[in-house]
Amino acid sequence: MTLSPHLEAKFAKLLTSYPPGRQRSAMIPMLMFAQDELGQVTQELVEEVARRIGCTPLQVEEVLTYYSMLHKKPLGKYHVQICTNISCMLTGGAELWEHASGKLRIGHREVAADGFFSLEEVECIGACSWAPAIQVNYDFHHHVTPEKLDRLLAGLRSANAV
Amino acid sequence: MLYNEPSPHEVKVLTRRFGLADSASIKTYLKTDGYVAFEKALKMKPEEIIEEVKVSNLRGRGGAGFPTGLKWSFVPKTSPKPKYIVVNADESEPGTCKDRLLIENDPHQLIEGMLIAALSVDAHAGYIYIRGEYRYLIDIMDKAIAEAYEHGYLGRNLLGSAFHFDAFTHTGAGAYECGEESALLESLEGKRGVPRIRPPFPAVVGAFQSPTILNNVETFCAAPAILRDGGAAFAALGVPKAGGTKLTCLSGHLNKPGVYELPLGFPVKKMIEEVGGGIRNGKKLKAFVPGGSSCPVLTAAECEGLTMDYDALAKVKSMLGSGGVVVMDEDTCIVKVALRVMRFYAHESCGWCIPCREGTAWLRKLLQRFHDGHGQRSDIVLIGDLAKNMLGRTFCPLGDAAAMPTISFVEKFRDEFEAHLDGRPCPYEPANRLAAHLVAQ
Ligand SMILES: Cc1cc2nc3c(=O)[nH]c(=O)nc-3n(C[C@H](O)[C@H](O)[C@H](O)COP(=O)(O)O)c2cc1C
Ligand code: SF4
Ligand code: FES
Repeated sequence: MTLSPHLEAKFAKLLTSYPPGRQRSAMIPMLMFAQDELGQVTQELVEEVARRIGCTPLQVEEVLTYYSMLHKKPLGKYHVQICTNISCMLTGGAELWEHASGKLRIGHREVAADGFFSLEEVECIGACSWAPAIQVNYDFHHHVTPEKLDRLLAGLRSANAV
Repeated sequence: MLYNEPSPHEVKVLTRRFGLADSASIKTYLKTDGYVAFEKALKMKPEEIIEEVKVSNLRGRGGAGFPTGLKWSFVPKTSPKPKYIVVNADESEPGTCKDRLLIENDPHQLIEGMLIAALSVDAHAGYIYIRGEYRYLIDIMDKAIAEAYEHGYLGRNLLGSAFHFDAFTHTGAGAYECGEESALLESLEGKRGVPRIRPPFPAVVGAFQSPTILNNVETFCAAPAILRDGGAAFAALGVPKAGGTKLTCLSGHLNKPGVYELPLGFPVKKMIEEVGGGIRNGKKLKAFVPGGSSCPVLTAAECEGLTMDYDALAKVKSMLGSGGVVVMDEDTCIVKVALRVMRFYAHESCGWCIPCREGTAWLRKLLQRFHDGHGQRSDIVLIGDLAKNMLGRTFCPLGDAAAMPTISFVEKFRDEFEAHLDGRPCPYEPANRLAAHLVAQ
């Protein structure tokens, strides 16, 4: 499998970051960084990572199913993650979730038909003091209201319009 | 970046560089006493460093509050194996958002803390385990690590000594349980985040089956100040058995939620009213969680005379935990809170042991039914009993973390559970509140 030069460099660094014989440690970071570029964990990637760290593909498979951020199916180009855990719930996170789900017409872990947005109700993302909080891909947004969310989603749409 | 205004009540030790121009750069760090403590520690014996940390009365900031100096002293002096430093930056306890700020605003303070810990046990490599959602922190931390190598604070022959140390970042991939120390170590080795049997504790058998110092970000970040200004000075900031300051994350129904560095032993009422600006919309306080969602809830009445420190909170059967203070106003439905909290634990239970896997799932279902208005009177007792039967019977403390708050919700707010009985809709939902008012007319 050919990887981008950026990913090759990342993988090379990861393989030397752990004590000798402990290359398996690089598995989760490798999968995460590669998923960022590929959009999902493909079977080809599972085999590639397994080969590089000296595991079987099954061992990689077993690990990746444990972690909620690793996914074998593609998500939307923009993955909208809405926290409804305690601090966010108290400040409107649940209503924000309802609003987003209604607006995008998709539910938890669903992808819109055009593949542009996907949605997920997430647990605490570490922004409780600036709740309600969401993440779009890796970007944090704090003090989010339904109006602010609408503007954000519209902004992403228009920035990507050709 | 800072996401909220500072408070005049803060005592800025770990956050002293927050808000400075380019605060994450090594240039700013070196201009503000950066790596001075490391230089000092290089000239000290390992026992002297540990003694200084013991004198400081620093206790772990990740949740359990274990004395840090004592923990470091458990690392065997004569192990033939290499030793490791592991930073727990998994920060996933609901209500907690402070480690993120420490790394974002002052990553070199964390590196220096790791170096000091490394000197105290003769470790030569350290890993910073950062939760997957905090991807931007990996970039910030990697940049700081590169700067430290360039300036001779990481690598070989540090400051002309024989000491060498390498630091690495490591990303998680979404799992609360990987914040539990032994599950974190499994995850670091490229495995599922299923905890290990303890003892042996990580100090003896930790990362890569070797002796390991594993602490929370904030705990490591306190080490430079302790070595620089002395353990006694740090201890003096707090209360007798808990030194220093705590980054306190105020959230919920407050006028000024935010992360504030407060001395240990800070009065709860003052924290809520003055630091947090009081309850928003002029409402009254109903309850608060002092240290993340795993801690038993406290009522407004219990706040009287209470202070934010390990022992004071233990006396009222709660915990300082991670410093995530969640404040709830008088209109909050405690059943709904209990349900949301249990949904979290049921989702995050790793499934390894039965009391936690089954217990959290049953409790979630019971609480859901209750909140939907289909609860039965006997369910109130059942919820309490189920939770009590989990206590101390699970393989790792996640089971207790799920059970403890639940027990406190049913015991302290039984009347609210009763108000949901017999098909009655939640009396706290705004829509139902209106309906109840009309019925009363
Ligand atoms: C379910 C669970 C989740 C935890 N999550 C975290 C976490 O996100 N960050 C953290 O520092 N400690 C967490 N802890 C506590 C760690 O197990 C460990 O006690 C701590 O990192 C030790 O560091 P300290 O002594 O500096 O507090 C968690 C514990 C449990 C049981
Ligand atoms: S208590 Fe048991 S099931 Fe729950 S997280 Fe710990 S090991 Fe896993
Ligand atoms: S509860 Fe939503 S970010 Fe913590």
